[in-house]
Amino acid sequence: MQEIQSLMAGFAVAMTWFNLALMLAGVTLGVLIGVLPGLGGANGVAILLPLTFTLSQTPGGATSAIILLSCIYWGALFGGAITSILFNIPGEPWSVATTFDGYPLAQKGRAGAALTAAFTSSFIGALVAVILITFISPVIARFALQFGPPEFFAVYLLTFSAFVGMAKGTPFKTVVAMMTGFALAAVGIDTVTGQLRLTFGFTELLKGFDFLIAVIGLFGIGEILLTIEEGLEFRGTKAKLDLRVVLDTWKELPKYWKTSVRSSVVGCLMGIVPGGATPASFMAYGLAKKMSRDGEEFGTGKVEGVVAPETAAHAAGTSALLPMLTLGVPGSPTAAVLLGGLLIWGLQPGPLLFVENADFVWGLIASMYLGNIVGLIVVLTCVPLFASILRIPFSIIAPVILVICAIGAYTVHTSIFDVWLMLVFGVLGYVFKKLDYPMAPLVLALVLGDRAEDAFRQSMLGPDGSLAVFFANPLVGTMTGVSLLLLFWPLISRALAIVRGRNGRGG
Amino acid sequence: MNHRTTAKSLLAALVATAFSALTPAVAWEPTKTVEFIVPAGTGGGADQMARLTQSIIGKHNLMKQSMVVVNKGGGAGAEGFLDVKGAKGDPHKIIITLSNLFTTPMATGVPFNWKDLTPVRMLALDQFVLWVHKDNPAGTAKDYIEAVKKAGPGKTKMGGTGSKQEDQIITVALEKQSGAKFTYIPYKGGGAVATQLVGKHIDSSVNNPIEAVAQWRAGNLKPLCVFDNERMPYKGKVAGQYSWNDIPTCKEAGVDTDYVMLRGIFMAGGVTPDQVKFYVDLFEKVRQTPEWKKFMEDGAFNQTALAGKEYADWVAKAEKLHEGLMTEAGFMAKK
Amino acid sequence: MEEKKSVASMRAAELAMSAVFLAFGALVMWDSRRLGASWGEDGPQAGYFPFYIGLFIVLSSVVIIFRALNLGEKGRAPFVEWGQLRMVLAVMAPTVVYVALIANPWFGLGIYLASAVYIAFFMKYLGKYPWTKIAPVSIGVVVFFFLMFEVWFKVPLPKGPIEAAIGFN
Repeated sequence: MQEIQSLMAGFAVAMTWFNLALMLAGVTLGVLIGVLPGLGGANGVAILLPLTFTLSQTPGGATSAIILLSCIYWGALFGGAITSILFNIPGEPWSVATTFDGYPLAQKGRAGAALTAAFTSSFIGALVAVILITFISPVIARFALQFGPPEFFAVYLLTFSAFVGMAKGTPFKTVVAMMTGFALAAVGIDTVTGQLRLTFGFTELLKGFDFLIAVIGLFGIGEILLTIEEGLEFRGTKAKLDLRVVLDTWKELPKYWKTSVRSSVVGCLMGIVPGGATPASFMAYGLAKKMSRDGEEFGTGKVEGVVAPETAAHAAGTSALLPMLTLGVPGSPTAAVLLGGLLIWGLQPGPLLFVENADFVWGLIASMYLGNIVGLIVVLTCVPLFASILRIPFSIIAPVILVICAIGAYTVHTSIFDVWLMLVFGVLGYVFKKLDYPMAPLVLALVLGDRAEDAFRQSMLGPDGSLAVFFANPLVGTMTGVSLLLLFWPLISRALAIVRGRNGRGG
Repeated sequence: MNHRTTAKSLLAALVATAFSALTPAVAWEPTKTVEFIVPAGTGGGADQMARLTQSIIGKHNLMKQSMVVVNKGGGAGAEGFLDVKGAKGDPHKIIITLSNLFTTPMATGVPFNWKDLTPVRMLALDQFVLWVHKDNPAGTAKDYIEAVKKAGPGKTKMGGTGSKQEDQIITVALEKQSGAKFTYIPYKGGGAVATQLVGKHIDSSVNNPIEAVAQWRAGNLKPLCVFDNERMPYKGKVAGQYSWNDIPTCKEAGVDTDYVMLRGIFMAGGVTPDQVKFYVDLFEKVRQTPEWKKFMEDGAFNQTALAGKEYADWVAKAEKLHEGLMTEAGFMAKK
Repeated sequence: MEEKKSVASMRAAELAMSAVFLAFGALVMWDSRRLGASWGEDGPQAGYFPFYIGLFIVLSSVVIIFRALNLGEKGRAPFVEWGQLRMVLAVMAPTVVYVALIANPWFGLGIYLASAVYIAFFMKYLGKYPWTKIAPVSIGVVVFFFLMFEVWFKVPLPKGPIEAAIGFN
């Protein structure tokens, strides 16, 4: 149990008053960053990176510096859920799936329960991922190396298959919504050929459609417009405001252990591969809906529907640091910035980091345990505070939310054009909702569209470029097979039922 | 916004001239926060360099005003270049370049050219190294190229960052020089390329030293040659008994191809010589700090750092070179 | 009575929306043809997927149009009532003005001043608050954001005359 020893040494490094104070500061800042859409985890960490430079030059300072930055990251992971639940505005891309059940819960007056479930599940997801990092990182690093373009495509296909078939209403509207998402994802430069697609000569379109701008508009602004139709009020204002709600929700959570386990596994896999926290949250939500006994009622405000995406997102977000530490490959945009940080501080990420900078690595791993505990305490104690935001009268909070949305849309690319785009998406979101077009497929297609296409076309390049590559080895074959099975499950189950029926009569 | 900025800068220029007539000794200095544009995403090579610069300036108090790094990587960097092009006369905006300064307008037809900007100075040149997996039987670049030729056209995969950008240009130059034919597979970042090579999903890469050094040290990858006309000067041991200096140039190794990437600073067009001078001096101070020197060595950069007319000439020559390579490769946008 | 009057029927809204999608799909297909929309030697070309994406959008919108035409009684239901639309416009119109005020080629207020004005307007005309309440909220929020973005995180947001006056541009 050499790991335990190293971990204890790590705790010794991380457990100084100075580092604990940094954790607290980092988590608090992170929550703030997570709450504000546009100012994402990657941005926040990048912005604060220069501040850590001086810190990193002192002895043991590199550990303190990464503790501060990674705690900002944990905070952002926690914070993304807050606005998703309260206002249907995802503060971070990976909390989109949290809105599906979190916001309806808040409207029913159970904002406190939704927040508690989200925070607690985040913590559990992170914990599972950290334990994984502590004990089996070398094995997992090798697993991540198995992933070439065909495997990545299979992962994205799996995400789609897990999620598809969720929408109610006519399939044609689902197709239109999803394809619109794909089309918007294609706008901008094409990775494989370097050609400009669907930009029609407009320089504003060069950078493509950012997922966050679409989401802030469709979900956030659209929801405000729908709310206002009914008068100047938010529903869910009678949310309970004391800490007892935390304990009550905790009593309910163990019921969903299966969902937690499944989502943790999905999250860890997606983080390591690296598929990312956002696809992980969608996949976990889709799987929970398909497999849970209450699956039919998902979307109407089920606590389980908050547990699934949050556990997966946090597990993925945390395990995304694993390939960064062991391979020197970032598993997420935030990890990419942290990686840049390591280089700036004069450390060499990669396979030898564990050997050459054991203090640093184990200090960081220990800080993952501590940082998440600190984070959980901070956000849980604030649950009543967050829930009380819903009591602020609509005509005060609505303009503030709209200002936050505008700032958020602007900061994504520092472009005013994006703020206009957000308003257009807002109107679109309003019309979509009224005409029963599903928005989730659009958003998912927008996130995964170009990545899936890149992976597909990268697979097709070269001597063995044919559709057979998606079944070329057991790993990719299994993933493709499972995705196809999930995708056509409705048809297959119907066919099976018919066959069985016949047999029944024949026998 | 342009009208306003122009009017403002005109006024500023007038005031500045008035003042300089009175007190010629006072040099120009930024009067507000300086935006440092990175025409690439967070976490990449240019981004690291920009953020390091920002850190160094902050730590050593090299500038009274602060500096913020803004990533504008959309459209293979076109977003950032167009932003600076549009800020004519604004002395509070600088941009760091990659080769996409040349390749993006050529490959996409997006209307900008380095002549729309004011060259400030070169910071360094980034090297490219031919990497293969440690299990690859080839011991030298020549062996490897022979093996590629023997395998037949399109049977060997070369991975790189982006399409019709530096990595693919080097690949094409290599093909032209040697007659070998690769299948080029574009990825989104250099780190991903290195991992794909370790996982044997591709056969070789032309990663920058900093992108692949970790895997070299861990014994997963081996360098065959560096695409420069002389060896890298760094003699400190990096991987086991080897230093950067031990990697032969591609020419020595029998494959006569070279390419270096510009890491340079530009400003918007229409700025005064005084303003340019401020940044030339600022970056000279940055280059003298121990932190910068360590970063240069870690990343095995070529520390050539021209300024003034020499720099502009270098850039003009590099543009010609890219134009030639891109035309031959058929990468130019259709007019 | 006036408030409950329908502005547009469900049918009209369905038709309008699918017409937009139809046009969008066609546009996507058109641009994809330019890029090359076939399966080349090295796998699909740049326009291959977008072309079929556009095709799917077009086909599905045609189906939706036909369905909308045969909606029957349901199609006559109101898409939005006059009273509702007025509320929506009461929020949308000031928001559009707000975004226009942040930055425009003629007279940009900057995001901070525009936000303060917008919050104040919203509270005055929709919430009917007294100025004594409006002032602290609108100014407080804006000052908080200013500190957060400009001072702590160094994220530059659009600025105008006021920021210039205090030497912060």
